[in-house]
Amino acid sequence: MAYDKFNILQTSAYPLPIENVDTDQIIPARFLKATERKGFGDNLFRDWRYSADNSPKMDFPLNDPKYSGKILIGGRNFGSGSSREHAAWAVYDFGFRCVISSFFADIFKGNCLNIGVLPVQVSEEFLQEIFEAIYDNPNTEIKVDLPNQTVTLMSTGKSESFEINSYKKQNMLNGFDDIDYLQNMKGEIQEFVKSRPF
Amino acid sequence: MNSTLFDKVWDAHVVRKIEGGPDVFFIDRHLIHEVTSPVAFLGLKNRGIKVMEPQRTFATADHNTPTINQHLPVEDPLSANQLKALEENSKEHGIIHWGLGHENNGIVHVVGPENGITLPGATIVCGDSHTSTHGAFGAIAFGIGTSEVEMVLSTQCIMQPKPKKMRINVEGKLNKAVTPKDVALYIISQLSTSGATGYFVEYAGNVFEEMSMEGRMTVCNLSIEMGARGGMIAPDQKTFEYIKGRKFTPKGADWDKAMEYWKTLKTDDDATFDKEYTFNAADIEPMITYGTNPGMGMGISNHIPSSDEVKDGKATYEKSLKYMNYDQGDSMIGKDIDFVFVGSCTNGRIEDFRAFASIVKGKKKADNVTAWLVPGSHKVEAQIREEGILDILTESGFDLREPGCSACLAMNDDKVPAGKYAVSTSNRNFEGRQGPGSRTLLASPLVAAAAAVTGKVTDPRELMS
Repeated sequence: MAYDKFNILQTSAYPLPIENVDTDQIIPARFLKATERKGFGDNLFRDWRYSADNSPKMDFPLNDPKYSGKILIGGRNFGSGSSREHAAWAVYDFGFRCVISSFFADIFKGNCLNIGVLPVQVSEEFLQEIFEAIYDNPNTEIKVDLPNQTVTLMSTGKSESFEINSYKKQNMLNGFDDIDYLQNMKGEIQEFVKSRPF
Repeated sequence: MNSTLFDKVWDAHVVRKIEGGPDVFFIDRHLIHEVTSPVAFLGLKNRGIKVMEPQRTFATADHNTPTINQHLPVEDPLSANQLKALEENSKEHGIIHWGLGHENNGIVHVVGPENGITLPGATIVCGDSHTSTHGAFGAIAFGIGTSEVEMVLSTQCIMQPKPKKMRINVEGKLNKAVTPKDVALYIISQLSTSGATGYFVEYAGNVFEEMSMEGRMTVCNLSIEMGARGGMIAPDQKTFEYIKGRKFTPKGADWDKAMEYWKTLKTDDDATFDKEYTFNAADIEPMITYGTNPGMGMGISNHIPSSDEVKDGKATYEKSLKYMNYDQGDSMIGKDIDFVFVGSCTNGRIEDFRAFASIVKGKKKADNVTAWLVPGSHKVEAQIREEGILDILTESGFDLREPGCSACLAMNDDKVPAGKYAVSTSNRNFEGRQGPGSRTLLASPLVAAAAAVTGKVTDPRELMS
């Protein structure tokens, strides 16, 4: 599906300073039973966000009213585990357009790019600086500039560049997806099929 | 010639290279199941397009299917709805569909190889991370997201940058009671859950050469747990014998032609890898995990390491032990357990039930243990009966359930209750993976069997003659 264009995003952010956040935490398996792509944000981090009696755990950052914004800051190796795109949908559906971490698991990163959530990888040092800045002032804004591939902590002016595949960058900037691209080369694919031995 | 096995298979499937972008990568076999496909089919419908190559697409119901009374309607309405969607979408697009009760039904990564869908040199994807299993046959196989499922349905291609290459060698003689699961858990414990992120792994060395196809599948299955996109093992005579004559395997002249190609699928002597590790088989003992990711594993006779000994961050480690209610320095042997789960795409094959039965034979299930023994497919179930394994299990007080993913991810009713401990042969010990609040210890079928009959974590070597 096509998604909203991404250019420059400047908002405050939610901190989640936990390493190895796996997709079972982002969206537990019992919430994967929908046949449509909506409503997953309600169950984003379900078991960390709510007690067994469904009351919100107020010390979990997503429930803390002092935090806001469209950026999620996660610990190293964010999104490990299963291939469920529902995890990326839940992140998007909650209202995030960007996840910043010092390292991402492959499939989660790919899923994010495919649905219009920008995964931004920064150095471990910068990640810790971002966390500290948010703890000092929860309204601290972060600017993610996709055209220039930079991420800036507005409170200090500190900036780092990030990498993104140039094709994926164009897709994000224009709100295109891969299927739009592949549909236009169907003839070439059909020729290729004939060369396959099985 | 300086190509790796991975290069040879990858390069043969590149339809177009995009400057500064991913490759347009052709997919030979697309496996689908009820959980990650419905939204993809909805996408096709919205775009007004049909499945491009339905004969390369195979559907099976597995993730949220019940493991008892499969002949009755599925009670959970949401699960029933997903199963119905899979059936209807398959029918509409002319895709082979193995629903509940079908003789070929079972876990997608078990039925693929069983039916000869999985072939050397093929590219295989599925909306499930453990698609890496199929790499055991010398295929490039990996998990994809639902957007990519839609891509493959509509164009038989995905857009994929070529991963870096890693080789993991394990050489030497394996110790007593060390199974392929232990080899894999050992490697993950050494590399951590992100140690192979960005890489595609080739497993090499005499340990993998000597391993059965079932064992190779277990190892490749767990590649994703160290962050790798997939793992693969060069096809050999054992591979060819396994696939010959299966339902979708090439026959006659096609077989001969395929064999010519398949025999070329090995890494050239002068090929290089971006990263390489070598481990000594003698260093591996039966493994068990103590934490909340698959990298937090150790030899069963060891003690839980202290925070400064672990590779992952201190905060993760402490959070993890708190969740498990363990302390650093604890021995795992003798720890209380409540559940034993044998099954999943990691260890739900015939060899795993043979191993389990070899330990429980002549003994009784411990009263404090609830055991879920779940074959990976109907074919595995039939084999369990034919080989007399079911009799051994029954005499020892165990029941056999019907095939599916079951308690591995607990999308059906097989959920471990909050606070309870399960020794599981599956692939993930994440918080709540087997049910909200559940605590999982990953281990081999031998370790699971020892726990099932003693009612606590036990070294299987103590029960082996």
